Amino acid sequence: MTEMTGPTPMPDTHSPAIRSNQPADAHAAVYRYDEFDKTFIFERVEQFRAQVERRLKGEITEEEFKPIRLMNGLYLQLHAYMLRVAVPYGMLSSTQVRRLARIARVYDKGYGHFTTRQNIQFNWPKLEDVPTILRELAEVDMHAIQTSGNCIRNVTTDQFCGAAADELVDPRVYAEILRQWSTLHPEFTYLPRKFKIAITGSPNDRAAVQVHDIGLIAKKDEVTGRVGFTVYVGGGQGRTPYLAVKARDFVPVEEIIGYLEAILRVYNQLGRRDNIYKARIKITVNEMGADKFIGLIEEEYARLPRQKFYVDPAIVDAIQTHFAPPPWLDLPAVSDSFEAAKQADPAFARWTRTNLTAHRTPGYAIATISLKPIGGIPGDIEADQMETVADLADLYSFGEVRVTHEQNLVLAHVRQDDLYPLWQALDAVGLGTANAGLISDIIACPGLDYCALANTRSIPVAQRIAERFSDLDRQHDLGELKIKISGCINACGHHHVGHIGILGVDKKGDEFFQILLGGDAGTNAALGEIVGPGFDYDGIIDAVETVVNTFVKLRQPGEIFIQTLARTGHAPFKEALYARA
Amino acid sequence: MPVLDRGLPIDDRWTDLADDQEIPAEGAIIVSLERWRAERDALTARRDAIGVRLKSNQLATELAADLGALSLVALEFPKFRDGRAFSAARELRERFDYKGEIRAFGHIIPDQYLFLTRVGVDTVVVPADRVGPAWAHALKEISVAFQPALGREDGTSVLRRHLKGTVPA
Repeated sequence: MTEMTGPTPMPDTHSPAIRSNQPADAHAAVYRYDEFDKTFIFERVEQFRAQVERRLKGEITEEEFKPIRLMNGLYLQLHAYMLRVAVPYGMLSSTQVRRLARIARVYDKGYGHFTTRQNIQFNWPKLEDVPTILRELAEVDMHAIQTSGNCIRNVTTDQFCGAAADELVDPRVYAEILRQWSTLHPEFTYLPRKFKIAITGSPNDRAAVQVHDIGLIAKKDEVTGRVGFTVYVGGGQGRTPYLAVKARDFVPVEEIIGYLEAILRVYNQLGRRDNIYKARIKITVNEMGADKFIGLIEEEYARLPRQKFYVDPAIVDAIQTHFAPPPWLDLPAVSDSFEAAKQADPAFARWTRTNLTAHRTPGYAIATISLKPIGGIPGDIEADQMETVADLADLYSFGEVRVTHEQNLVLAHVRQDDLYPLWQALDAVGLGTANAGLISDIIACPGLDYCALANTRSIPVAQRIAERFSDLDRQHDLGELKIKISGCINACGHHHVGHIGILGVDKKGDEFFQILLGGDAGTNAALGEIVGPGFDYDGIIDAVETVVNTFVKLRQPGEIFIQTLARTGHAPFKEALYARA
Repeated sequence: MPVLDRGLPIDDRWTDLADDQEIPAEGAIIVSLERWRAERDALTARRDAIGVRLKSNQLATELAADLGALSLVALEFPKFRDGRAFSAARELRERFDYKGEIRAFGHIIPDQYLFLTRVGVDTVVVPADRVGPAWAHALKEISVAFQPALGREDGTSVLRRHLKGTVPA
């Protein structure tokens, strides 16, 4: 347990769960397995145990074992196996977080790494331990199914769902329906390539839906009150980035499974299989032409046995119970103790400016826990820290923790009265950095330190940028500025949608880094453009600083980087970067 | 090569003919789509059953008009990773209401067997040195299905089971 300091109220004064002798995470909005789910998950573990045994005995080849282990989240990396555990749509209970901490400690090197798809990776498991790790996960309703391989991957969503003030529809119930539908789908498990679905229910897109194979924006028909989705298809990053095209403006909830079946069936039959780099659906859509592709989807959908895929409102209601709002209290909109703490402690006040988001309920706030301490590895967290987060979630946020696609964590339902003790406890274990959305809140792929595909390092570049801008006051002055770094053109670090994107390339055996400007993963999704020739490992940090200083010189009051760039264009930045050479 | 039905080898009545092999006077035969199209009259004039092979890049729609004449459609897996035949099988059953035998052949691994049965495949052709208990076992390893498909286990799909009141409130 973490030692609490400061004016921490006793847990039983404000945790209905504890007061009623329920587990502290009884209200955490995670899908809780029923008897069918439990039967399935333990059967799956035993199936994989047998597969591993067959592999260890040499009864199946590595080539044949590969898709099997990938479908269970197990990669072979540069130095070792890596296990990627699914965190469905980013939601975790404190019980699950503690189990992840235990796995990190017992089977790995004492830490885990949260990914841009809201999952967690363990970098050093032994093959023979993996079936046991999967069993430990199954005991807390977790798995590693379809976190890799050419199948439908973990469905991602808005990390603030069910709490954000701007949300129109809570996407989690639909994300869970899609998770179940896609699990071991008999037809769509050997697709041309991996397939990623993202879903949001807010007009402010925090799930980057337009850079996914399928992007869904949940909305309510204003007249009828029916819930449905705007369906986007064919987005993606990687070597050939595309923004998705709109396939349909409104697919009612009851029809969404059938509509997705149609999309996947067209793709499974017509997606390219001759070239791994041309196999994603974005290539199919763009080679064929969006109109023709959408026409094929509509034809397929028109003739599907729709009744078979009809999502009954009773199903939605049943799954919705897992995501019921926690029992928020009636609180005044303004907390005196919170306001007083901000006045008294400037470091806390600074954290509240970047790491809090408006909650829909008066008196509450959404708190982002930065996993980007200055000089740290983006997304990494130690087992002890995970346990601290679990304890704090129990105390202050109904035992629930979320993972963001920006590789941070979120406590979504914190009373404003509790924010100061929460921050103090986080800060005491190195999790209180006030940099959410700022220049040091960097997304970086694992790069050459772990990955067999990488051309360059990525993590050390992120660390050195964060160190260059380590002065938090300077970071706050710069305002929102998203840097995203990929160590090769596969774009796992999302460099295409960074306000400043950095792409590592191999140039005759040396690491080189290109800068892209103007990308945006939000509602106004945009792909960045390469600004000019690349920089070497030392030069890239100076180059980023040059871009930032140019922004400071050009900005008008209140502007953030991306706004200044949109106003001035790339020319002044290009000039600053290359004129001095 | 051995043919498996429900995981076990069966006596197979079909002869799989290469395009340069002569058509025998009697017996059930499987021919390529190209040969079916070129020699359709001669093939249908025979008394015995006919099946057609589809390569993985040949869609089920290629056979839509012919299915009434065919007792078997064989779907090729050139590599086990090439999953187009999963959709072809499903289209044959679900879209064209094909009731004849669907057979999968080529490079197939036991771990795909359950999926194959769930998209409507009846039989699987397996190299002799690959026949073993793994195939029958593969059909029993996972008893729960999460989505409607074409298998016998359909009744437990999520789209139905949540209506049975099994979800904890």
